[in-house]
Amino acid sequence: MTISAEFLEPIITLVLLLLLAVIAFGIVRVRGLFAVVIMLGAYSFLMATLFIVLDAVDVAMTEASVGAGISTVLFLGALYLTDVKEATGRARRLAPMLVAVVTAGVLIWGLSDLPEFGSADQPIHTKGADYLDRSIPETGIQNVVSSVLASYRGFDTLGETAVVFTAAIGVLALFARRRSDGKG
Amino acid sequence: MRLDVVLRVTTKFILAPLLLFALYVQFHGDYGPGGGFQAGVIAAAAIILYGLINGLAAARRIVPDAVLERLIPAGVLIYALVGVAGMFTGENFLGYNHLAHDAVHGQEWGVFLVEAGVFVTVFSSMVGIFYAFAGRRRA
Repeated sequence: MTISAEFLEPIITLVLLLLLAVIAFGIVRVRGLFAVVIMLGAYSFLMATLFIVLDAVDVAMTEASVGAGISTVLFLGALYLTDVKEATGRARRLAPMLVAVVTAGVLIWGLSDLPEFGSADQPIHTKGADYLDRSIPETGIQNVVSSVLASYRGFDTLGETAVVFTAAIGVLALFARRRSDGKG
Repeated sequence: MRLDVVLRVTTKFILAPLLLFALYVQFHGDYGPGGGFQAGVIAAAAIILYGLINGLAAARRIVPDAVLERLIPAGVLIYALVGVAGMFTGENFLGYNHLAHDAVHGQEWGVFLVEAGVFVTVFSSMVGIFYAFAGRRRA
């Protein structure tokens, strides 16, 4: 007995989204930050799986390696430097609740303007640049994501690389005080 | 951590495949998923794993701070210089068409070099941020 992909895919997506919601709830409720960091890693892996279901393999790879890999290590490093227990703040429940409800309301309102999920007749698919047809004859690159990132939209990627560079020198400037202390 | 045999042995086994996988992701990005960014993160993860198991000093012997601080801007420079090189061949900034004897090969060279630049900056940034966190004493 074979199960068709059209039937299976929504179920997989639903299960993943449910698990994401459960983990998000856990992240908010749990006070032990060590458990929270591990749950953030699990969240990233679920997100990566969801990206794979949506055929965005490049994004999934980035999410898994950065979100679940490097971020977890950096979070654990931050925990080592601070504390593994979340500080219990004063009870100010009303204002955050209001902000959350308003934000959620605006997002759901904006959702109604989005095109139907997976619809092929949107302007982005019909009027945009036809990279799918152009990529192989013009660049010889079969993965259109790569050719768009590095060639057609190379300027954007230069900007992204500059952002990573800026983040790195920012962190190094904040943390590497010891060496400048030594110089005087 | 030093006495944890399972972690140490597993790390030893996994390090070489991890670096190899980073190279695969880097150079196979034209045909499959991946590219400079993902490969840079995976290669950085290998160094970070080594640092977690063998201590920060051991990792710093493989990739010293002085090297990192040169690599972080070097990647952006490689990227920008490829763009300038395109200008010298009579194209726009970051236009690769005239980098080789025909347009398709020019594009392949351009994309290859640009991805290498992304790899260098992402790899060194990730390792550098990890060093910064791990090298700090607890307050």
